[in-house]
Amino acid sequence: MVTSLNNQFTYIFRLARKNMWRHRLRTGLTIAGIAVAIVSFGLLRTVVDSWYAGAELSSSGRLITRSEASLSFSLPVTYGERIRRLPGVTGVTWANWFGGIYINDKNFFPQFAIDDSSYFKLYPEFIVPADQLSAFQSDRRGVIVGRKTANKYHFKIGDTVPLIGTVYPGNWVFTVRGIYTGADDKVDESQFLLHWNYVNETIKTVLPSMADRGSLFISNISNPAQAATMSASIDSLFRNSLAETRTETQKAFQLGFIAMVDTVLVAIQTVAYVVILIIMAVMANTMAMAARERMREYATLKALGFGDAFVFMLILGESLSIAVAGGVLGIVLTFPLSRAFFSATRDLFLVFEVTSFTLMQQLGSAVFIGLIAAIAPAFNSRRISIVDGLRAVT
Amino acid sequence: MSAGLSTSYVARNLMARKLTTILTASGMALVVFVFATVLMMAEGLRQTLAGTGSANNVVVIRQGSQTEVQSTVTREQANLMETLPGLASNAAGQARISREVLVLVNLPRKDSSGLANVVVRGTTAHGLEMRPQAKLVSGRIFKPNSSEIIVGSGIANGKIGLKLGDILTFGLRGWTVVGVFDAGSSGFNSEIWGDSEQMMQAFRRGAYSSVIVGLRDGSSYERFAEALAQQPKLKVDIKRENRFYADQSEKMSDFISILGQTITVIFSIGAIIGAMITMYASVANRTREIGTLRALGFRRGNIVMAFLKEAMLLGLTAGVIGLVLASLTQMVQISTTNVQTFSEVVFNLVMTPEIIFDVLLFSILMGVLGGVLPAFRASRLEIVDALRST
Repeated sequence: MVTSLNNQFTYIFRLARKNMWRHRLRTGLTIAGIAVAIVSFGLLRTVVDSWYAGAELSSSGRLITRSEASLSFSLPVTYGERIRRLPGVTGVTWANWFGGIYINDKNFFPQFAIDDSSYFKLYPEFIVPADQLSAFQSDRRGVIVGRKTANKYHFKIGDTVPLIGTVYPGNWVFTVRGIYTGADDKVDESQFLLHWNYVNETIKTVLPSMADRGSLFISNISNPAQAATMSASIDSLFRNSLAETRTETQKAFQLGFIAMVDTVLVAIQTVAYVVILIIMAVMANTMAMAARERMREYATLKALGFGDAFVFMLILGESLSIAVAGGVLGIVLTFPLSRAFFSATRDLFLVFEVTSFTLMQQLGSAVFIGLIAAIAPAFNSRRISIVDGLRAVT
Repeated sequence: MSAGLSTSYVARNLMARKLTTILTASGMALVVFVFATVLMMAEGLRQTLAGTGSANNVVVIRQGSQTEVQSTVTREQANLMETLPGLASNAAGQARISREVLVLVNLPRKDSSGLANVVVRGTTAHGLEMRPQAKLVSGRIFKPNSSEIIVGSGIANGKIGLKLGDILTFGLRGWTVVGVFDAGSSGFNSEIWGDSEQMMQAFRRGAYSSVIVGLRDGSSYERFAEALAQQPKLKVDIKRENRFYADQSEKMSDFISILGQTITVIFSIGAIIGAMITMYASVANRTREIGTLRALGFRRGNIVMAFLKEAMLLGLTAGVIGLVLASLTQMVQISTTNVQTFSEVVFNLVMTPEIIFDVLLFSILMGVLGGVLPAFRASRLEIVDALRST
């Protein structure tokens, strides 16, 4: 019994495959359409995943403290010392958003004014050769640039980089003293790091109200499992002061940034599912046509004694074969295309990897498309009586 | 036979195979829908920010600071500006100038755990006069020198959802919402307004963020700019208020357009393939009919045109369906962060005649691209072979 069922399935499958290639052009077009849809679905999913990936990678043992009101407010730099004195805190550093413009505002790379003695201790994943680090520390106009930004703008050690200040007014000139690389390929290699001391001294004379301020305080804690209580105790240090704080893990901090553009991400997600709907209509159309043309054949099969189930399976088999063929083609194409997309948009993403979940979703969608497309014609074929089927005009 | 085949013949061909036509058209309609909503989104954002402010006001910010939040203008600088020529004056003879403070304040979004960076603007009586588009819809205006605030309708109705009587805590103080204003579709709708001097005290600021000056007449801008340039103490950038806000939408609407158009191009490949399948089937099903038409004297060109028209009609139908669906999204309000200013902006999707034209053109083009190969195949059929086929 099992073998006969097995035989029947093999037979249906062979017949379905033969049917599939009767209209080479139409089947080819449909497979191409499904492949395009599956590829774009995969790419869109990967875009959304990659946005979140940056936050997933960050160390959970690092806390970020900033002004409670919003990031546009800075905090007194003395807060660093007060956080350091808390038991459980192993290191503190701070950074200010510098936001200078290099030549014109089309060139963008993140710039931070950092504390030269402590910053790299808190960020061990930023690897700077020792001689470059000491060259940076002894030159107050020196900067350390991430490899990605250095390559993009052709910055070499010794080059001077002029920046027009937006947050800190004036024309600033910096000298590249070092180039950092990430410990692995998931580290942000785009930052441009300059001396907080230099900015602070300069701004003191022009805008005293902006001096001795830090906008982000980064602290290392000895026990990452205590992140929540540590955050609360940092914030309670400054409760009811002129500048209250909000402390969270680096991951939560970055997710907060992502949440700001989540409307865009939701739109991309939605669009990813719409593409599946579009191709479903195309595929359903192909199956409807195929079934209509073969009404007489199906009636003949039934007249020969094959059951409704057989015809049903025949249509389903054909539909699934086409959909899965397109799906597999699409999945295979996703890899080279995502690599091409990543290299075209290097500035936007830290990582751009097609996850296995995305692949499963792609395959799942292909099967789903095949199933849905077969439903209407399959039920139609059951409804029509043998006589009507034989009489059908195509 | 120069007249070719009639349009009703073309239309009836589409009607003859309803299921196929509906499926193809709905696939294409979805692509059109995506394309239209993307254009509407970019347009909505552009209109909202471009509709903020008027050409008769000038925004003065510190040189190079780009946004009001990053800018600082001292009291002395503001006093100096007040003496410059070109400024309008009010009934009492005072120069129309508003010294404003702009800060970003984190407020929770209702639908998620995320925080929105809402613009809180400290303004003055002059500032309110200079923005006549902001009309109070409920409550009253904040009292000068009080901790009262009024909120834009985008902040009141949207994801932030502030109501009259709510108390916000920022700058170590509670601020009471006493009014809701509506500024049409403009960026002011996503702001919170209060008293300028009170905000400065609360945030311990010694300087303003920006100074808004009202111009006397059309030619005053140049005079004001010239006079400003001659003051070495005033290192500032100036822009007409409407231009200032329009420039702040540039990056975001460019981003939406580019992303959306890339997606649309990829999607349309799928839809064009769908149209092609349908049109090939239409040709295959009517081989004998085509042969008959040719035998009756219709030329190859007539046949090509008939099929192309059929494909165009298919595209047009999809375009109209897609547009109708897209026009429903005008109800949707979008609340997101403007990456350029880092602040919350609330806007609606907007349909314009240009968008309708572009979208219809695009949908017809999709139809033509799908129909052109099948149409030529139809025209290449030999009369005898076509008539003989089953």
